[in-house]
Amino acid sequence: MFETLSHLALQQYWWVIISLLAAILVFLMFVQGGQTMIYALGKTEMERKIIVNALGRKWEFTFTTLVTFGGAFFASFPLFYSTSFGGAYWVWMLILFCFIIQAIAYEFRTKPNNFLGKRTYETFLFINGLLGTILIGTAVATFFTGSEFSVNEMNQSKWEGPFNGLELAFNFGRYATFVNLSLGLAVFFLSRVLANLYFINSVSHGKIIERSLKQLPRNAIPFLVFFLFFLVNLLLMKGFAYDPESGTVSYESFKYLHNLLQMPVVLILLLIGVALVLLGIGRTIFCFEKCSRFGIWLSGTGTILTVFSLFLVAGFNHTAFYPSIFDLQSSLTIENASSSHYTLTAMSYVSLMVPFVIAYIWWAWRAMNKTNISEKEVEEDSHSY
Amino acid sequence: MENIDFGLVDWSRAQFALTAMYHWIFVPLTLGLAFIVAIMESIYVKTGDEQWKKTTKFWMKLFGINFAIGVATGIILEFEFGTNWSNYSWFVGDIFGAPLAVEGIMAFFMESTFIAIMFFGWNKVSKKIHLMSSWLVAFGANLSALWILVANAWMQNPVGMKFNPDTARNEMQNFWDVLLSPTAINKFLHTITSGYVLAAIFVVGVSAWFLLKRKEVVFAKKSMVVAATFGLLSTIFLVGTGDESARHMAKIQPMKFAAMEALYDGQTNAPLIAIGIMEKPQDPNNPHPREFYYKIEIPNALSYMAFLSPRAFVPGINDLVNGNAKQGIPSIYEKIRQGKIAIQALKEYKAAQKINDEELAAEQLALFEKHYKYFGYGYYDNPIDLIPSVPLSFYSFHIMVILGAHFGILFIVILFLLYRKKLEQRRWVLYVALWTIPLAYIASQAGWIVAEVGRQPWVIQDLMPTLSAVSQIDKSSVQITFWLFALTFTALLIAEIKIMLSQIKKGPKDGGQ
Repeated sequence: MFETLSHLALQQYWWVIISLLAAILVFLMFVQGGQTMIYALGKTEMERKIIVNALGRKWEFTFTTLVTFGGAFFASFPLFYSTSFGGAYWVWMLILFCFIIQAIAYEFRTKPNNFLGKRTYETFLFINGLLGTILIGTAVATFFTGSEFSVNEMNQSKWEGPFNGLELAFNFGRYATFVNLSLGLAVFFLSRVLANLYFINSVSHGKIIERSLKQLPRNAIPFLVFFLFFLVNLLLMKGFAYDPESGTVSYESFKYLHNLLQMPVVLILLLIGVALVLLGIGRTIFCFEKCSRFGIWLSGTGTILTVFSLFLVAGFNHTAFYPSIFDLQSSLTIENASSSHYTLTAMSYVSLMVPFVIAYIWWAWRAMNKTNISEKEVEEDSHSY
Repeated sequence: MENIDFGLVDWSRAQFALTAMYHWIFVPLTLGLAFIVAIMESIYVKTGDEQWKKTTKFWMKLFGINFAIGVATGIILEFEFGTNWSNYSWFVGDIFGAPLAVEGIMAFFMESTFIAIMFFGWNKVSKKIHLMSSWLVAFGANLSALWILVANAWMQNPVGMKFNPDTARNEMQNFWDVLLSPTAINKFLHTITSGYVLAAIFVVGVSAWFLLKRKEVVFAKKSMVVAATFGLLSTIFLVGTGDESARHMAKIQPMKFAAMEALYDGQTNAPLIAIGIMEKPQDPNNPHPREFYYKIEIPNALSYMAFLSPRAFVPGINDLVNGNAKQGIPSIYEKIRQGKIAIQALKEYKAAQKINDEELAAEQLALFEKHYKYFGYGYYDNPIDLIPSVPLSFYSFHIMVILGAHFGILFIVILFLLYRKKLEQRRWVLYVALWTIPLAYIASQAGWIVAEVGRQPWVIQDLMPTLSAVSQIDKSSVQITFWLFALTFTALLIAEIKIMLSQIKKGPKDGGQ
């Protein structure tokens, strides 16, 4: 059935999958957000143990989604993989490094004789939560603001400039850096908001819930500030359009605003997404007694819809999703960066398994969350972090 | 070519080797221990014997510690294809990316979802669901290995694709050819069974330590029965797949085959060197050929191993470099010549397209396609650059094989002594079992050295050498990340070993709590 689709349709299909994976990834980064609040929310050893265990049962989902996101991007848009990863070397290396130290931290933290000590592993979790979210957000912002690279006629890419991606976050002489960082910080604070909502939903411990509720507005306000700054800039900035016939890339004023207006479904998704995020936060704060358990689901769904629609804005409607400001014509589009028709077709069949995968993840999540995480539960469990 | 920085290539290779070898310290134990744990839990569910539950939980605990660090060292490998081998990831992304994505969707999620149930679900789901989860973790882990090994096998034996000059990359023509190539099947089976053997040695060795300490005797013996049986069956399979791999390699990668036997002059009735020690080269600038101080040979065995006939001709390194008209082997010089024609024709084709000269483009394309088979050779002038390190290939191959035989014998002896109820009296066997644990790791690493060093300088056999695959970044950046990874992974390895030892010392009481 996929064979009959045009190459463009397959490219769009895969861009949707990539966008969806990215959206789920950002939602699941509540794990990262929670890791930055272990000490803010847990004042005793037991409280911290509960927090770490509440996150520890979910961290693998986030991690695996990141790995799958990388694999799927490589498979469907390999030119992005080779250009961005090989070019913005330091950004990606730092992101990876943050995740390497996360993967062992849970398992090793409380084990006796663990060489580096408990605090070191907690620091690893903190670094992962802080840098991992900010860097991923910053890197994604470059989908709109562009980077400096060139791609030659053999499709070999080269990063221009000596900083290999670090300039995207530290070149303060360029206005776009602030836009990049604002998305990074928005993702960071959003992950903390989601973590607060997750704890309120899943943990049975009065003090942790109380502190999460207190933290919630402290994270929600900076999130809103940074996100709105990014969003306003996005709507006002010139974007990178390409001509579907010739493939020529050019600047277009208000490109991303145009994309939203020309793709009303995406605009509606974005508006619903943002509204749901706010609703989740608002209902938890103002109607805590009755609505507290729903916060994570409202804001989580909202996060997924928002990120999903932002990715569609980046890649659809003849937009270069990975623009080069060094050489416009080197910019990557879903048409020039993708895998062949054959490969996309083969992978599309594999993608049919995704609903099945989501179903069993859902089932496992429910089975494990039947009872809330409490002191008693963590103590009794034969395996705890 | 003119701009290639060999320092950069070497550092990029060093970083990939470092991260891959660290990753491979942990993966084989995960692959095998997952099954051993699942088997033990099956016995528990079937018999209801609490002792088996304790045994299962003890090994599961060690599995968890090892699994975490396997995950940590694994994520970097996936992304390194892009960060350090950028040109490679475009040149083969159309083929290589697909297995990687399938791996993520099919295997990683299975593994990570059910591992949560395996660790935390003892009191939350039924016994049977828990058991099923343990088996699914084992299958998920092994399925993860399948896809990445398919990708690796494709690099050793590129099939099922066609080069598209317009996009300057290889494009997949047949998914099943890639998935079911004999190289892929052999590589997968040989690699996962090597993991099973390593895990079995690990369980047998740790159990031997308990017997030596005269602690937890029942637990140790039960563990040994399961592991040694699993290990022996795996070893038999390992030998079979290894043999098949060698035969296959003799056909598709004759240079690697010659290097791992240090065979310079090809011959019929070629003997197999069972054990050998090489001399140092007289002239450091010209390391070939390498002579032996000492060697023990098995007559005709190499010919038989390669072609199932004692009289078959096995080409040596000199035959492959200089060619052997009698045997129909083209020289490397000829391949270099053809490779250069292909590279030039591709350039001319691109140039002709720019000026819309269709006739010239078609002509150059035909020329390119005719010589594409040896495309990668065109990057070289000197055949010496196309010979892999002979001592490294030779020694790692022989270490792997000799240790493999030792493991098989050890499993038989252990099972025999357990059957005769005499294992505890033979303390020296227990010591051997304990000290075989590091040997299993050495054998396992040696296997990958044969596979990866032996195929140098190719990233993709005959088509893409490492020097044209590398990302064009500062050497100093790669040096910094190399040391960053070396330091981090070493610290994590020390932590892992210390935690493992503590857990082992605690024994299986309450499942290692």
